[in-house]
Amino acid sequence: MCSTRACKSSDSSTVTDATISPITLEVRNLSTHFFTREGVAKAVNDVSFSVAPGEIMGLVGESGSGKSMTGYSIMGLIDAPGKIVGGNIFLKGRDLRGFDAEQMRDVRGNRIAMIFQDPMMTLNPVLRIDTQMIEAIQAHEPVSREKALARAREALVQVGIPSPDERLFAYPHQFSGGMRQRVAIATALLMKPDLIIADEPTTALDVTIQGQILYEMQKLCRVSNTALIWITHDLSVIAGLADHVCVMYAGRIVERGSVAQVLDQPRHPYTRGLIDSVPSHSGTRGTTLKQIPGMTPSLLALPSGCAFRERCHWADNTCRDDPAERTDMAAHGVRCCHPLEGQA
Amino acid sequence: MLVYIIRRVFQSALVLFLMSLLVFVGVFAIGNPIDILISAQADQKDIEAATAALGLDKPLWSQYWVFLKGVAAGDLGRSFAFNIPAIQLIFERMPATFELALVAMVMAVGLGIPLGLLAGLKPNSWVGKLIMTGSILGFSLPTFWVGLLLIMVFAVQLGWLPSNGRGPTTNLFGIPVSFLSVEGLQHLLLPALNLALYKLSLIIRLTRAGTQEALLQDYVKFARAKGLSSARVVGVHVLKNIMIPIVTVIGLEFGSVIAFAIVTESIFAWPGMGKLIIDAIAVLDRPVIVAYLLVIVTIFIVINLVVDLVYSLLDPRVRLSESKG
Amino acid sequence: MMNAPASLAVESPWQRLRRDFMESRLAMFGLILLGLVVFVAICAPLISMQNPYDLKQVSIEDSRMAPGSTMSTGKTALLGTDEQGRDLLSAIFYGLRISLMVGVTSTFFAMLIGLSIGLFAAYAGGRTDSAIMRLVDIQLSFPAILIALILLAVLGQGIDKTIVALITVQWAYYARTVRGAALAERQKEYMEAARVLALPTARVIFRHLLPNCLPPLIVIATVQVAHAIALEATLSYLGIGVPVTEPSLGMLIRNGFEYMLSGKYWISFYPGIALLITIVAINLVADQLRDVLNPRLQK
Repeated sequence: MCSTRACKSSDSSTVTDATISPITLEVRNLSTHFFTREGVAKAVNDVSFSVAPGEIMGLVGESGSGKSMTGYSIMGLIDAPGKIVGGNIFLKGRDLRGFDAEQMRDVRGNRIAMIFQDPMMTLNPVLRIDTQMIEAIQAHEPVSREKALARAREALVQVGIPSPDERLFAYPHQFSGGMRQRVAIATALLMKPDLIIADEPTTALDVTIQGQILYEMQKLCRVSNTALIWITHDLSVIAGLADHVCVMYAGRIVERGSVAQVLDQPRHPYTRGLIDSVPSHSGTRGTTLKQIPGMTPSLLALPSGCAFRERCHWADNTCRDDPAERTDMAAHGVRCCHPLEGQA
Repeated sequence: MLVYIIRRVFQSALVLFLMSLLVFVGVFAIGNPIDILISAQADQKDIEAATAALGLDKPLWSQYWVFLKGVAAGDLGRSFAFNIPAIQLIFERMPATFELALVAMVMAVGLGIPLGLLAGLKPNSWVGKLIMTGSILGFSLPTFWVGLLLIMVFAVQLGWLPSNGRGPTTNLFGIPVSFLSVEGLQHLLLPALNLALYKLSLIIRLTRAGTQEALLQDYVKFARAKGLSSARVVGVHVLKNIMIPIVTVIGLEFGSVIAFAIVTESIFAWPGMGKLIIDAIAVLDRPVIVAYLLVIVTIFIVINLVVDLVYSLLDPRVRLSESKG
Repeated sequence: MMNAPASLAVESPWQRLRRDFMESRLAMFGLILLGLVVFVAICAPLISMQNPYDLKQVSIEDSRMAPGSTMSTGKTALLGTDEQGRDLLSAIFYGLRISLMVGVTSTFFAMLIGLSIGLFAAYAGGRTDSAIMRLVDIQLSFPAILIALILLAVLGQGIDKTIVALITVQWAYYARTVRGAALAERQKEYMEAARVLALPTARVIFRHLLPNCLPPLIVIATVQVAHAIALEATLSYLGIGVPVTEPSLGMLIRNGFEYMLSGKYWISFYPGIALLITIVAINLVADQLRDVLNPRLQK
């Protein structure tokens, strides 16, 4: 289920001139580099995508692919030695890159919220839950403590936490992992943001809890029309949750499209490899598990041209040149010299 | 919780008892104070009389038993040199030492935590590096040498502050204190600074390390992602987390501050317990030595106990898990 | 994620240690300074103008002369003379000798004793281990100066007694560190392997365990030498350390203290500077060693 308008291809450069654009987030040619003693790591390399209100986009890749860094770049949380070196980030039409520190601070937690992977360490262990939720509200709005407390309580109810009144006065270590993540989600929803970026929020949780959280997130986003970017390495999560997906490798987007397109008809060898390496029920027992040969290259020592060519079955000399992204009529984009055709 | 307290108190009492035994045996078994207190012309009879009067002719275990009975009654013997009860002598000098130690701790904490925070937040700036270098110096230089330097610069060369003695005292809740008058403060400043320096460096280093570690934690990232101001992130989130180990250290260090006061008191001729013990050792005034050591050990044990309790109050993880099981 | 390309050079741990150490100019400066101090201490009789403790060479007429003045023997006292007429520079050289000797000797023996006890505790395990560690904890919870004070009050003055006191103060720290390191190393696989191969325990300890526990020990020992020197100076200053006949730097400072207020500052000040230089040099070296040997900072 994908509205073609949402799956914009990267080489279209028009954006509406209206100050408030219907698209929640548009990222254009974003590049974030890390300048270390050993060299420059291009963590995010010319990345573009957009997300519409109420839409869920999956950002898939292995560790080191740059997916988390993309999220941080949008939030403005890149610290030295990293720096956003190019591109634009349009939040409802306004370019965040032009914002100063105070303006960015106002956006964070307010218009864009982020959820992290490990809820034990994201919640400060020595502060109570109510303190941590109330401060998220009071940082952006002059609201009394009582009102803020009431809103926090409401948010906890929304994410399905039982006995919210007691829970508010508890400490993080008194919650289970799944509950803590729900608290983090509740905190993210407090200011009714336009966009939520979730960075592998269920990776550290049991599969059953994971399922519950996914369901909740999906429901909440539809109801409040909040855009959601779900960063993960787990394709199966994306399959059940997202509307459209971008696959990242070594800092670049190598394939994009609706979930149906990308997962059923992958065109990039890496995507294909990812899908194939998931053990499935349909294979006969005793067949070897498929894997992508080789290892993710270090961002400091990327091969020239297509970053995947050293692990790609179909690579040849033309892959030494950097492939440009090409999009077909159905807005299914791929960055590859020899995109795969057709089979499932 | 109560069980925990009782257990700790019992352990402390045991340690105290063992220490008293060690101290007693150590001090009494070696050295003969009679030789110092009796004039050289005394003949054998006088020596014997004096020995008997001080109870030094009885066997060791008997002397210890007398001693224990005395302790139970609150009497730790009379000072050989001053001929007043040793414990009274110590209590007379205690307020001076405590005042010095407290002011020094306040200085060390009041300056140490902000400086350490600053050094942790901006480790590569010139301010951060300056603070760190200063702390290395403060940590490695012997206290008495710094005291020397302070006297040389501020008392001799500049003549701003007095170099010895305690200022005039006024009574605060019945305890004589000297910080309530300007002159008292002048006398207090240099010795307190001297005493504080070592602890100050320690606290700076601890706070800095704690801050640097805290800044890498996820909860700081999350706090920033919520859009909290830097002031709140540092002032509330970071600070509360690093306070716990720092408070523990501060508490434990207070005891050692009292011990280190020995040196400072000697340099600045501050009339406290420390100077008393040095003088007592020089003349082998056993009752005073024993009384001082016992008092100090007791102080230590009490401090350790209090710190443990405060720590469990501050860290909710410890407190709540204790109450559950 | 941000992995540096693997270094192709193969060098021994010692070479790498030296290379990393030399990266800090401050540490190199400290090392040079330290070398100078040690040199002076060892060669004191050869480079001093006079032996300040040989009464025949000292004249009371020269007492309390300002730096740069000429003594009765015709030589110049670069740093002045003390109240006995001794040339201060020579006194400092000899004093350095004693300070360093006391510091290094006590640290060495404390390390030896602490190491043995710590290893023993780690291997004995169980209640022996707990008992020893309780003792260690109790001792460590008291400030060094107090323990030294008690000991010296009982034992009296003297260089050997001071060394004993310093050893007593320091051993516990080594014992605890070594025991902790030994326990951690025991869990590691190479120890399993050594056990499986039925290597004799002594060999396991010396060839396998010890070299891995060594880095933190080196750092601690270096810092402790500075502490020992500082503590000895403090004790001597208080009059309960080394005797007047063989003064260390601390004793020299004590002797000169009473002249501070009358303006004859050099008698205390210059020995103090010598002490400062020694301690700072050791600390500079120790700090860099700590950074270099810290496995967590190994990149």
